[in-house]
Amino acid sequence: MDILYKIFLDPFVQMGTAPDLFVQTLWEGMVGGVLYALIALGFVLIFKASGVFNFAQGIMVVFAALTLVGLYNAGVPAFLALGLTIAVMFALAFTVERVVLRPLINQPDIILFMATFGLTYFLIGFGEFVFGGDPKVMITEQLHLPKGTVTFKAFGGIISLQKLDIAAAVIASIMVAGLAVFFSKTRIGRALRAVADSHEAALSVGISLEQIWVIVWFAAGLVALVTGIMWGARSDVSFALDVIALKALPVLILGGLTSIPGAIVGGLIIGIGEKLWEFYWGPLIGGGTDAWFAFVIALVFLLFRPQGLFGERIIERV
Amino acid sequence: MQKPEIAPTGVNEGRNAMKARHILVGMTCASLLGAAVLASQAQAQDSIYVPLLTYRTGPYAGSGIPIANGMHDYLAMLNERDGGIGGVKLNVEECETGYDTKKGVECWESVKGKKPAVVNPYSTGITLQIIPKAAVDKIPILSMAYGLSASAVGKDFPWVFNPPATYWDGLSMVMRYIGGKEGGLEKLKGKTIGFIFLESPYGREPLPLLQQFAKDYGFTVKEYSVAGKEMQDQSAQWLSVRRDRPAWMIMWGWGAMNPTAVKRAAENGYPMDHFIGIWWSGSDDDGRGGGQEAKGYLSLNFNGLGANYPALQDIKKHVVDKGKSQVEKDKFAENFYNRGVYNSVLVAEAIRNAQKLSGKKVVTGEDVRRGLETLNISEARWKELGFANFAAPISGVNCTDHNGHAPAYMQQWDGAKWVKISDWIQPMRDKVRPMLEEAAKEYVEKNTGWPKRTEACDKSS
Amino acid sequence: MLYREAGQFKTSYATDQAVFPILQDRIGILIILVIAFVGVPLIGNDFLTNAVMIPFLIFSLAAIGLNLLTGYTGLLSLGTGAFMGVGAYACYKLTTLFPNVNIIIWVIASGFFSAAVGVMFGLPSLRIKGFYLAIATLAAQFFLEWCFIRIPWLYNYNVSAAIEVPQRELFGIIITGPRASAETRYLIVLTIVTVMTWMASNIVHGRIGRMWMAVRDMDIAAELMGIRLLPTKLLAFAVSSFYCGVAGALLVFLWYGGAESTVFSINESFTVLFMIIIGGLGSLLGSFLGAALIYILPIVLRFVPPKLGLPLHAATVEHMTFMITGALIVFFLIAEPAGLARLWQIGKQKLRVWPFPY
Repeated sequence: MDILYKIFLDPFVQMGTAPDLFVQTLWEGMVGGVLYALIALGFVLIFKASGVFNFAQGIMVVFAALTLVGLYNAGVPAFLALGLTIAVMFALAFTVERVVLRPLINQPDIILFMATFGLTYFLIGFGEFVFGGDPKVMITEQLHLPKGTVTFKAFGGIISLQKLDIAAAVIASIMVAGLAVFFSKTRIGRALRAVADSHEAALSVGISLEQIWVIVWFAAGLVALVTGIMWGARSDVSFALDVIALKALPVLILGGLTSIPGAIVGGLIIGIGEKLWEFYWGPLIGGGTDAWFAFVIALVFLLFRPQGLFGERIIERV
Repeated sequence: MQKPEIAPTGVNEGRNAMKARHILVGMTCASLLGAAVLASQAQAQDSIYVPLLTYRTGPYAGSGIPIANGMHDYLAMLNERDGGIGGVKLNVEECETGYDTKKGVECWESVKGKKPAVVNPYSTGITLQIIPKAAVDKIPILSMAYGLSASAVGKDFPWVFNPPATYWDGLSMVMRYIGGKEGGLEKLKGKTIGFIFLESPYGREPLPLLQQFAKDYGFTVKEYSVAGKEMQDQSAQWLSVRRDRPAWMIMWGWGAMNPTAVKRAAENGYPMDHFIGIWWSGSDDDGRGGGQEAKGYLSLNFNGLGANYPALQDIKKHVVDKGKSQVEKDKFAENFYNRGVYNSVLVAEAIRNAQKLSGKKVVTGEDVRRGLETLNISEARWKELGFANFAAPISGVNCTDHNGHAPAYMQQWDGAKWVKISDWIQPMRDKVRPMLEEAAKEYVEKNTGWPKRTEACDKSS
Repeated sequence: MLYREAGQFKTSYATDQAVFPILQDRIGILIILVIAFVGVPLIGNDFLTNAVMIPFLIFSLAAIGLNLLTGYTGLLSLGTGAFMGVGAYACYKLTTLFPNVNIIIWVIASGFFSAAVGVMFGLPSLRIKGFYLAIATLAAQFFLEWCFIRIPWLYNYNVSAAIEVPQRELFGIIITGPRASAETRYLIVLTIVTVMTWMASNIVHGRIGRMWMAVRDMDIAAELMGIRLLPTKLLAFAVSSFYCGVAGALLVFLWYGGAESTVFSINESFTVLFMIIIGGLGSLLGSFLGAALIYILPIVLRFVPPKLGLPLHAATVEHMTFMITGALIVFFLIAEPAGLARLWQIGKQKLRVWPFPY
């Protein structure tokens, strides 16, 4: 009986008696979810347009952030450094398309997936080689990102929201909206979707695969830059960040690998679910459960709806 | 959209692919043959080989880089200024471990054939794995202020040394400080103390003593473990801290965990002067993680702060200014750099003792073991070395005590740098030593076949 | 010229269906075995045996395990590291609970525990396919990694949450623990790996292997043909996890001498996956070749600069290793997506008609 009480009643009692902590947990979960969604967005972009699951997205986040901070530390003023970093990400997209993607046209997906693995390793070594391994501080003030906390009394306690987190949520929403419009309304967006459907068919109607890929990897690079700035502002820029990218995978599963709004919705569900579970039920089984809870959610979803909430139905033809 | 397939269909038959394949075959054969070349390893017999197991890559590089620089630079300075130790140059080589236990064990395997004087693993996890190998391969391990606390018991661990203080000493010093602030440790009865730690052997090391203290003084311990993967995102742990509202927080963090924790504590409004980190959570980068909001954060320390020591000036003159160091100019003489220097001072003194005891110039691992066992750095000796008031004297190391249980002091982050705010805090030897003996006995019992100590005992010189 | 088959004819169906029908192949295998069993212990030094050959063999075994699952059955799995860990911890518990039983028996038995866990996490494979299954196995990886820390019973309530390997003997010779000699451990690992490779070869060349390959190629068609999907896939998970579990137990007991939870992290899973992709999916030889390349390459890269006289910092060498490994993976995939095993096959084909071009 005691165990049943602990599992089914006590957490809700706790939520009721300390509603400020509950709202705080919800907020933290939402922030986490938004940050995961930002990473997932990069994955979705590339997958939607080229069918490649870009495992290197995590390290691209770190690399973009490192470039920005590295340039700033070398003396370049903040916004110029931002512009230069965008140029660097474009160069990266161009190089990746030339060196990795073009020779692998029409290879099965697993091969392309593995190629992004190789890219990850390369970028890790290259990033550490050029910028050094010690952690760097993100240039939040210089980029005019808000600092400080918004605290207000509510629900009988205190709720504190980091201004940076609010900014992150707003920026992420803008990006999602912008990308969704880009994909559905513009000519390039339609070309991207065509390429995702079939490389050969796209080629046969005259869409230049190379150009599309450069564009889409550049877009993913921009998303990676924004993600890197946000993540780096919350905690320093170091090579511990690319492991967090693995957490974006359950988000992708939930939201659907090809859906941009799905990335946000999936991110929010995973983020909030994970935090609530860890905060209220985690202590019962020893804590640290947020390492795998997201994957369990994704697994359960997969069993009932393999394409995710917003993804395209998977149709197998024999 | 293509269905994800597993088996590759078809192979590129273009000419470029053919040429690429030829190159591929060549490279493959070359690299596999290269493995056979690994048979021989050159050994220079006219220098003392000192490997440094360091990490300049990976998520813990933030802590590892300044220590690696400090360790390397002091030994390099000895080479430049004095021509080595006792006239024999030191062959300093770094082996990159990335704080990964596997790579650490590999480094051990690759250096053990080159007759190293001593091995500094710089990771409790790696230390635990190589402790059994030390006696077999006859190489002493210097796990300075980390590693297995129980290895302070010299009779069971003749080849492992951990001066100046064990983790259990450190925890007892933290408790003494807390007791001082609270007006007596009995005042902790009924309160909660939070312990946030890196999920690793390092972070778990002090837990038994903490539980013992909790029992003795009647407070509750709340453990918050941070997995290596989520070091950069500790929101779950600090939410729980907000819920549990512990009176004091003690941190056993490393690498990227430290600055994030300090930042989160500041963000969550935890009173920073009640947040104490062990000596490995006291790097300048860690405090900078929270910046001005982290003012008040405390940490233990046992080496001096700043560059105002003749020996450090020598390092600057002979090594840093000559471009032989990898340290950045403005990171010279930061806290962890000085920590690395301290480590190397211990190594150098041990080598000197070994030369004296054995009469040889080029000392082996066995000689340095005896040198470590007779380690004795008095205040006068520190001054002689150019480190007046840098560290507490090390006087208690002998055959039964491989640690010495020296005191440490408390330092506080003032928003921009560390400031010493307390005198030397003595560890609670009477509490800690019996527990260490007990833990060593348990270790020996659990590991059947643990060799009995056969090494002779030298009188301290 | 080398592979002249003139004069070699088969007189029964059995000999015709042999795995190595050509005499030269059989002689080749024999030579390799002789070098492995006799040559390496005699000629190789401690470092070669300890740090190169033993881990290479252990990773080959894990690669075979993953290859059975991913290469032959088409089920992408990222949980290899965790399954290896299950084997290691199972072996540890068994040997500490029953210290008098031979350690080799426990090493093999731990594979069964790993197989059971593998079957459990393989259950979703009926509903989920391809890439999504990889995500499900990631759940297995992270959950089991969490278990290795949070279930203190697994590491005998050791404070540091790490396990140390106790000393064990076989016929009076010490084979585990720090005093076991490198040659002894190498020979034991070699024997186990050889026997298990022979078993795997028989499995994949027989009915079960063909069932797996049918499921890989088109599972709906296989089901229509009468192959029951769920038992086949679960069997693949079971056998694959068995191999990974034994590899994990060997890794901890006969190589490291101890372990903690970070030893069986996601990086292990990725490493083994690299090995089979580079080596060749669906090929046992590919598992060995891939393991050799991925494992030995960083070691070679670490040793080459000092021998060439280039004074590189250890950190720079590490960076270079990452960069070169990454670049090589991409290069391999461009040049030969079917892996090193395919290169070997092409090579053999050329050798059959050499010195003629075709």
